[in-house]
Amino acid sequence: MDSSLILRGVRRCSTKRFLAWLAPWAVMAGIGVFAIGLCLVKGLNQTNMDNRFAFGLWIFLDLAVIALGAGAFFTGFLLYILRRDELRAVINSAVVLGFICYSGAVLVLAVDVGQPLRAWFTFWHPNVHSMLTEVTFCITVYLTVLAIEYLPIVLKNRQLRKVPSFLVFEGELHKLMPVLAAVGTFLSFFHQGSLGGLYGVLQGRPFAFRDGFAIWPTTFFLFILSAIATGPAFVLLTTSIVSKISGARLVRHGVYELLAKISGWLLIIYVGLKSVDTIVWLNQTAPRSGINPSQFYAWQPFGTWVLIVEIVLLGLVPALIFMSPARRRSLPWLLTGSVLACLGVALNRLVMTIQTLAVPTLKFEPFMTYWPSWQEVATFLFVIAYGVILYSLSFRYLRLFPQEREMQKY
Amino acid sequence: MESAETTRARFAMVIDLDRCNGCGACATACAVENNVPPARPSANERTGLTWQRVYRASNGRQFPENRSVYFPVSCQQCEHPPCVSVCPQNAVDVSPETGVVSQIPVRCLGCRYCMTACPYHARYFNWFDPKWPDGMETTLNPDVSVRMRGVVEKCNFCHSRWQAAKAKAAAAGKRDLDPADYVPACVEACPEKAIVFGNLDDPRSGVAKSAKSANAFRLLEKLGTEPKVFYRSDRAWVRRLADADVAVQEKEATRG
Repeated sequence: MDSSLILRGVRRCSTKRFLAWLAPWAVMAGIGVFAIGLCLVKGLNQTNMDNRFAFGLWIFLDLAVIALGAGAFFTGFLLYILRRDELRAVINSAVVLGFICYSGAVLVLAVDVGQPLRAWFTFWHPNVHSMLTEVTFCITVYLTVLAIEYLPIVLKNRQLRKVPSFLVFEGELHKLMPVLAAVGTFLSFFHQGSLGGLYGVLQGRPFAFRDGFAIWPTTFFLFILSAIATGPAFVLLTTSIVSKISGARLVRHGVYELLAKISGWLLIIYVGLKSVDTIVWLNQTAPRSGINPSQFYAWQPFGTWVLIVEIVLLGLVPALIFMSPARRRSLPWLLTGSVLACLGVALNRLVMTIQTLAVPTLKFEPFMTYWPSWQEVATFLFVIAYGVILYSLSFRYLRLFPQEREMQKY
Repeated sequence: MESAETTRARFAMVIDLDRCNGCGACATACAVENNVPPARPSANERTGLTWQRVYRASNGRQFPENRSVYFPVSCQQCEHPPCVSVCPQNAVDVSPETGVVSQIPVRCLGCRYCMTACPYHARYFNWFDPKWPDGMETTLNPDVSVRMRGVVEKCNFCHSRWQAAKAKAAAAGKRDLDPADYVPACVEACPEKAIVFGNLDDPRSGVAKSAKSANAFRLLEKLGTEPKVFYRSDRAWVRRLADADVAVQEKEATRG
């Protein structure tokens, strides 16, 4: 039915099967829209956030997807600036993933704030000292950059490219790509960092507060590093999942190996720096704030196991897997490493968001826990469903993997 | 033309914990003065609004050595407020005239970043639409704006009372406020006279003297926030509760 829209020379499932695949995701998205509607109409009392847990599942989601979405800018940086041409095989897919992650995060942020219609105030009377102002500026501009990067991929669709002016426009946009990649890299470095800075500057929260360089706490640099380390792993993971589900070989194994190698080296540097940061924080920064750091881990379920899992199991282990040439040749090892690395960055963002708020500051205040409401979970799942639907449509009708046609000959 | 303006001041309060009996009159008076809406039926202790929360803490010992203390905690009016620099749209303001940190609800985005920044948990979010039972709207204070759903609010040392005192001084052609004209509602309501309020920069004021007394302290001083709400107690174990390192946890007993 829609075969005229599908790229020549690649195999895609029947329209019926495709719609059957989309249906459950559409239902999930529908429930999410209802939950979002409830939050917007009735207010944030629909969530389980409260005056103590002012941030919850949604801020964790924003931080996690933005970290994973770093694969978009970092692949662009490696391809267009550092000229790693092998990555042309995944750049389109990385751009779509980045667009999904960032647009999903912005959408959830719009639900998360109490007065979404005042979002423009940040641009009208910005507080230039706030990390959140920087995050807002960069994410807004970078989402626009991602939309512009997405556009030529859409215009290359089999039917759309029949329009001559689209083809010319697409060609012109393509010439801009290195510039956009450079702009994207600049913006992304800053907002990934500022997301870390968001917590690192909280002098009133010794669990999150870090010393740093000039105006930037160490979390600024650690967030950049962890995002660019796991971004390629997320591109690897999604590419192999799409390959498995669609039954098509999409890229040469060498591309996976390159992504893993990049991820591995960055991860090992991250794990080293994160360990040094943790030691300095526990021995100097926190005690200076009048806190015995053992109190950070005195409240279950946030024991020291969280720190060990984050740094060793979900940091060091995937780094070692990715750094071993023998392991890199095996797809199951690559997938294991990618899953661990992605979970690692997600756990780091969860700890920085939730544990920061859970640890009591006043000593006559009790430890409190937080569990999201169904409306929060449904909104979370909406972003996932939205991502799957947009990616599925893009994969079906657009050329996300330039090597795919060639690979099908083998 | 010379305007009748007040000179710079640093308003502060000292709460005598040895006098406080935890009655909660301060919290109630605060809510009435500042048009804090009553809790909705579906609100809980963590989603309700109060600008002044009274915590109970104990010395952690068994009967008969067990002793309790009540800590009224409102915005600590920090000299280095962690909430100001984090606000993305300048909705938190520090008055150069009074040193008071105040929230601008009509500019607030409701992102709640300031709440995560505040170690004293003194900031509250309007999770619900403000609603008063029928007829009770007539008791609203006309000098204080009602806040809308989706914004953060907190203690501002009864800003409307400061404005009224300023207007009174201006009408009399004076530059300085009469200290008796500017007294926050909680200070006025305390039956034990446990709260002293005034200008910290005026060495003759009661607050400046009390704040310098040997048994005065501030909450979480090592964080470097420099609060302008002081506490005092002759009991050493109470003073130790101000530091983060004391392992005594007690559920709060009284809420405003």
